[in-house]
Amino acid sequence: MKLGRVVGNVVSTIKAPDFEDRTLLLVDLVGPDGTPSGGYHIAVDNIGAGAGETVLLLDEGNGARQVLDAPGAPIRTVVIGIVDEVSG
Amino acid sequence: MQLARVTGTVVATTKVPGLEGIKLLIIQPLDRHQQPSGTPVVAADAVHMAGPGELVYFVAAREAAQALPETFVPVDHAVVGIVDAVSELEADA
Repeated sequence: MKLGRVVGNVVSTIKAPDFEDRTLLLVDLVGPDGTPSGGYHIAVDNIGAGAGETVLLLDEGNGARQVLDAPGAPIRTVVIGIVDEVSG
Repeated sequence: MQLARVTGTVVATTKVPGLEGIKLLIIQPLDRHQQPSGTPVVAADAVHMAGPGELVYFVAAREAAQALPETFVPVDHAVVGIVDAVSELEADA
């Protein structure tokens, strides 16, 4: 899993059927201290993450399909948690 | 998934079984500010409507093939959506 911060969303009308009714978030990857590391992902939001929140990202297809209950979906990146605190 | 700009198309008459009828696009991956990042790649068009100049998002690796009608095909990038807008959200705090 990776840490990220929600910075925006992606609106799309024409898309693969498995993306219907799913929210896509633009998520900057961040380090443990919250500093952007330069990368980003477009992730499917499964838990209602909001702007500015630090989130836990999964970037792996099997787990993504499982958590979204979408067998066969071409989806790889999903927000799977909202982070309260990172220490250490 | 990441953003990309479609820059061209690829036509290949001779290809492995399973890829017939699949439109191939050249896409340039973009960074978060929609600037080119990395080298262009060839991607399958899973939405059937993407064309040069369009801003799209794509999925890479094994999941790319899942976007196609025949899922057991050798495809490692697929365009899965055409972007209408990317909104930068303001944090509440």
